[in-house]
Amino acid sequence: MTFQPLILWTDALVFLLVVLVLLFALYARNHEHLRAPWRSVVRSRIAVASLIVLAAYTLVGLMDSLHFRKALPMQTGQQEVQYEATALSVLDLLLGPIRTQDEKTYSAPFATHLYAKEYLLDSDGRRVRGFPRLKYGGAHLADPVHDKGPDIRARVLHSLVQALLVVAVLSLLVTAALARRWRQPLATAAQTILRGRGAVPWRTALLMLALVILLVTLIANLSAAWHVFGTDKVGKDVLYQSIKSIRTGLVIGTLTTLIMLPFAVFLGMMAGYFRGWVDDVIQYLYTTLNSIPGVLLIAAAVLMMQVYMANHPELFETMAERADLRLLFLCLILGITNWTGLCRLLRGETLKLRELDYVQAGNAFGVSNFRIMLRHLLPNLMHIVMITVVLDFSGLVLAEAVLSYVGVGVDPTTLSWGNMINRARLEMAREPMVWWSLLAAFGFMFTLVLAANLFSDAVRDAFDPRLRAQR
Amino acid sequence: MFAYIVRRSLYAIPVLIGVNLITFFLFFVVNSPDDVARMHLGAKRVTTEAIEKWKVEHGYDRPLLYNRSEAGVDRLTDTIFFDKSVRLFVFDFGSSDSGRDIGADISQRMWPSLAIALPQFIFGLLAYISFAILLVFFRGTYLDLSGVILCVVIMSISALFYIIGGQYVFSKLMHLFPISGYEPGLQAWRFVVLPVLIGLFAGLGTSGRIYRTFFLEEIGKDYVRTARSKGLSEPGVLFGHVLRNALVPILTGVVVVIPTLFMGSLIMESFFGIPGLGSYTIDAIKNQDFAIVRSMVFLGSVLYILGLLLTDISYTLVDPRIRLS
Repeated sequence: MTFQPLILWTDALVFLLVVLVLLFALYARNHEHLRAPWRSVVRSRIAVASLIVLAAYTLVGLMDSLHFRKALPMQTGQQEVQYEATALSVLDLLLGPIRTQDEKTYSAPFATHLYAKEYLLDSDGRRVRGFPRLKYGGAHLADPVHDKGPDIRARVLHSLVQALLVVAVLSLLVTAALARRWRQPLATAAQTILRGRGAVPWRTALLMLALVILLVTLIANLSAAWHVFGTDKVGKDVLYQSIKSIRTGLVIGTLTTLIMLPFAVFLGMMAGYFRGWVDDVIQYLYTTLNSIPGVLLIAAAVLMMQVYMANHPELFETMAERADLRLLFLCLILGITNWTGLCRLLRGETLKLRELDYVQAGNAFGVSNFRIMLRHLLPNLMHIVMITVVLDFSGLVLAEAVLSYVGVGVDPTTLSWGNMINRARLEMAREPMVWWSLLAAFGFMFTLVLAANLFSDAVRDAFDPRLRAQR
Repeated sequence: MFAYIVRRSLYAIPVLIGVNLITFFLFFVVNSPDDVARMHLGAKRVTTEAIEKWKVEHGYDRPLLYNRSEAGVDRLTDTIFFDKSVRLFVFDFGSSDSGRDIGADISQRMWPSLAIALPQFIFGLLAYISFAILLVFFRGTYLDLSGVILCVVIMSISALFYIIGGQYVFSKLMHLFPISGYEPGLQAWRFVVLPVLIGLFAGLGTSGRIYRTFFLEEIGKDYVRTARSKGLSEPGVLFGHVLRNALVPILTGVVVVIPTLFMGSLIMESFFGIPGLGSYTIDAIKNQDFAIVRSMVFLGSVLYILGLLLTDISYTLVDPRIRLS
């Protein structure tokens, strides 16, 4: 089977971000003032646990950022290979059947029957109203009423065994690696980890990892035959939607920062360093932008973009590209409304730094302004940048849901938690109520945001010792 | 003092001009009025006559910045920029794209917004300060720890969840409050209670935690140690000294939102069907009524700048050490 890789704009930026993070990690390795705080971050149990959750989400997001298009079967007499219009990602391959196993309409989690009544033919060939069997959910069972419980139990047990095996192998590998590093016999190293001694809380890390692996195996085993979180109005699997939404959330939380960072850093530094009219202009710029209420500025910009897109349909080749550009634009406009806070912080800090001896010395030696900013100011502002980046993330993920509700969020065709909640809102008023899409979206979002909040607390404490003293 | 206020108000003028230029750029330069008309008329094949007709009806048929066909001052005033943007400075909002008078709508709709926002603001301040001081009183204990954990959990849940969940539990299951709607006059309280309660709870995470750090910051200072060494009881220290001093950052911090209370809460009003300015804005966004969105952007900026001015003044009122210069 041939395929054609498809690099969307956000994909490219996501991987650019990954490269930047790796480069920064390499840089921080050699700089003690950046390395020490990170070391104290990974010594906190809560930070390590949330880091693993974040890593799991990131992995899913990255796999979902490798897009490609499958080739259509060759028609006779056709010269060039044609590709499908819909873009798939590597994650879609892994999730396998749950992407395509659509039911007719709503079905509850682990349901064997549809949630809505239909006319059915009973055994005598008469038409009766009843709940039809699902096409895929629990379809392998002959007697769904009696076999459902045992089947689910067997699958859970199966995944428990699988997870246990994987975790055992993994723990052994980690212990062996640590034993080598600590130059201890394997048994001693295992004891250190089990008792939770040692600087880094490896026990917490392994436990959290075990939990994540268990969830993965559970999802893999259960979703093969069931709709774990039910299906939505058009019969799409809710679990699939929630997992696909992870990428959207992460993209908004990270790319927004990536876009605003250059502006905030350079304008903030310039304002603080040059002072005078440069400072006035930059201050005027951010006061003006800041005085427009954020939601309204975003709404205005997104409305205008919609008009632009509606009038220029020829610019977007596929639906995926259109939705992707809209996502990117949303990040851009969120970045424009968000950079002012960081810019103001950096300006204030630069005002302080520029009076310090080493900057004055640089001036006296005739080092160029640009070089002073890059070599002497920027490294000393890095910690503020880092705290802000981490702190902003969770707020941005939450903002996506609200914006999608207002109608100025991501494209309606993009899978996102905001869109899921927005669609599910009316389902609450239905009799009987449909609650699973709503709860699934909130659950996935809550896990990510909670992990991000806990992690950012640890990061802030590590980089800002003044705050740590107060806790 | 008076001179300072005047100076600050004058400083607001270039900022407002900037806001005005940004909105003008967004609404008229990025997309020409033709594009907007085509969007409104919907269909793909819109005749040019239909577009012209729509533009004349809504006053978009003039040049953007400079009208060559007129004479004298009219060359500048008979333009879209003057008619749609400059008039905002005197709060002349004109009429919406659906033909309603925006100014009248705003003055009518700000009262329901206030009915929600004002109680939420006042009770919120009281509740968050009490909560924070409770945690600080028991600082270092499990009560404090669980309070902080509660705050982090509350702030990690989307506000939409509180609204949807609250509506479901209190209105649909328990029938305590109407699900949505509004009635003017005193009967409004039935519709106001639930949104206010939900708003209070949703804000507890962020505000409670920040206020707690304000208190903790104050409690580490020397005068507190002096008070303790003189034998003051812990409640005496906390309520007599720490509370008063910690109120300074809290109060000056919230002053900035007072003017924007008029704007209402976008999602809250829209979920509860309250005919305030927040739902007005949402409806305008959903109906793509740009005239209303434009007016609300400008109004929001004016109120925000007013809030900043009030913040500066409140600093001098509560802390005489700060002199306005």
